[in-house]
Amino acid sequence: MHRLRALMNTTAARLSALFILLFAACAVVLVVYVSSLSQRMITTQTQEAILEEMASLTTAYQRRGITGLVRMISIRSRQPGANLYMITDHNGLILSGNVEMIEPGVLDIAGWTEQPFYYSRYGETSELQEVHQAVAHVSRLPNQMILLVGRDLGEPEQYRYIVRRALMAALGMMGIGAALIWFFVGRKALKRIDSISEASIQIMGGDLTRRLPVSGSGDEFDRLSENLNAMLERIAALNEGLRQVSDNIAHDLKTPLTRLRNRAEAALAETGDENAAREALERTIAESDQLIRTFNAILMISRLEAGYSAEATTKVDLSAIVGDVVELYEPVAEELGVMLHSDVTGSIEVNGNRELLAQALSNIVDNAIKYSAGSREAPSVTVTLANSADAVRLEVIDNGPGIPQEERDRATERFVRLEKSRNQPGSGLGLSLARAVMAFHQGELVLTDGRNSAGLTVAMVFSNGKNG
Amino acid sequence: MKILIIEDDREASTFLKKAFAEAGHTADTALDGETGFALADTGTYDVYIVDRMLPLRDGLSVIRELRSKGNKTPALILSALGEVDDRVTGLRAGGDDYLIKPYAFSELLARVEVLNRRTGAKDIDTVYKVGDLELDRLSHTVTRGGEEITLQPREFRLLEYLMRHAGQVVTRTMLLENVWDYHFDPQTNVIDVHISRLRSKIEKGFDKPLLHTVRGAGYMIRAD
Repeated sequence: MHRLRALMNTTAARLSALFILLFAACAVVLVVYVSSLSQRMITTQTQEAILEEMASLTTAYQRRGITGLVRMISIRSRQPGANLYMITDHNGLILSGNVEMIEPGVLDIAGWTEQPFYYSRYGETSELQEVHQAVAHVSRLPNQMILLVGRDLGEPEQYRYIVRRALMAALGMMGIGAALIWFFVGRKALKRIDSISEASIQIMGGDLTRRLPVSGSGDEFDRLSENLNAMLERIAALNEGLRQVSDNIAHDLKTPLTRLRNRAEAALAETGDENAAREALERTIAESDQLIRTFNAILMISRLEAGYSAEATTKVDLSAIVGDVVELYEPVAEELGVMLHSDVTGSIEVNGNRELLAQALSNIVDNAIKYSAGSREAPSVTVTLANSADAVRLEVIDNGPGIPQEERDRATERFVRLEKSRNQPGSGLGLSLARAVMAFHQGELVLTDGRNSAGLTVAMVFSNGKNG
Repeated sequence: MKILIIEDDREASTFLKKAFAEAGHTADTALDGETGFALADTGTYDVYIVDRMLPLRDGLSVIRELRSKGNKTPALILSALGEVDDRVTGLRAGGDDYLIKPYAFSELLARVEVLNRRTGAKDIDTVYKVGDLELDRLSHTVTRGGEEITLQPREFRLLEYLMRHAGQVVTRTMLLENVWDYHFDPQTNVIDVHISRLRSKIEKGFDKPLLHTVRGAGYMIRAD
């Protein structure tokens, strides 16, 4: 009973019920139409046959008088399957024909009988005497005699009966067929849905590796499962990313937090030397500022990556941003002995957010300066901006130690500081932030070799299709 | 300076009140938007510090109504919302500065002091003077003791901003915001290097230092 109700609740079952109703309605309309049409045809045929009969009887009457007519009628009456004939004199006495008894009043009105009437035939024994229905044409002869020619309705009655039975049979078969289809299709659908919901219950229960079943038939259930699986895949990836980030945060923030705590403790212990205590406190503040900065960067990256950043974009002059950032970093570069220059011709605009782009570029330039500062021969960082048919490329090229090919993908991950640079200052978020900013701009951050396959080129690539 | 702090975090507002008192300012506190608006409406303050998210009435609506009533007292918005657009919304509502939580008190203090219209140079001043250093905003020239000093355009703007707020602490982020018009936090000490370049230009050959570093806060230009 419960299963039946569940079956009733499936969409397939509801649909098939609806179809049965529709088909049944159509069948009824069709049958009614066909039977009324054929009814009318039969009536017309009957009337034509009667009229013909009438015509030949009239001719006989005109040629041979009443005697001839009576004789003709008595001959015709005896033929098998004959029509109904009756002729009466002016007193209503039956002179000839095959009708023994007739519903009273039928003979009173000349012309077509308005409704079928009852009669019984001559010669039928009283036990077998049946009451038949017929239609007839009544006409008055000149000497007050009445002539009736009619036709039994048994035939059309039987026809109607056949049609009705056919209709019932058709409806019955349709019902059985629909019920079968309903049962099998509905049950199959129910089974698939049951397995899907069973899988989702397990997934909700925490088994994120579980996937929804795909039968391989490529039907809509498969497509649904595939899409939901893709969604689960994405959720799992985000989840994994989140887990990794929190691990990294825990790892990367634990060290400075511990240091912070130790320093505060040491400052507290410095009872005598006020200057030393003060210095310790100042360093503590500086360190917490760095922590806040790291947090802000993580927050920004997550927001940009999650794609719900509400930052507005407008036409931004990239050339101006390059100019600003190079100008901002030029003194630092000079202090570190790095040649920083830019190679920008004309003004190139992209659709974007000026603040984010400037921050991304300054992170990249910052890195480039820091890492190339150590290189032996004439450290230099070049920023180039070029517009080609399909993309705008903003490149920062340095001649520092570079990043080995196999480590480049990892270099833009959060908190990743490649082995060689573990001892360099920085949060390890610079390139990740730049990558997130580029993702926000529907662009890419591409790492390749620097010039003469030395150093590193970090390219911010804006696809021209979207940014013009 | 008399400051009104509208901040619903009781601990934070108590700390701010105490810290401003130590810096020589008096501060009143309001813990919700309605009280804050009523106090601000008395018009006896030099600067408002308004938290963006407040009970009863949000900070932006408080500032908006004060502005619509013709109150021009400078207002600094404190907010945990840190996207560029949030800042724009805040300034559009009538705020004069926007500071994202968490912040260093030294940063807040410097910004509030700079907002105070009773001190610092006025918009109409065309020549700023600090000791024997003079900056002419119209002719774009800088002289010290009558000797002309050649500055790059950016150095000129840097010095202009510092001299406009002579005697007040300006922080690195304030400089980046006002001189470069960027609001992000550069990873390296880029501003420091610009300052030391400027310092060498205006102090080389002169005995008296003018451009001072304020530890843990920023920079200040002053004559003594």
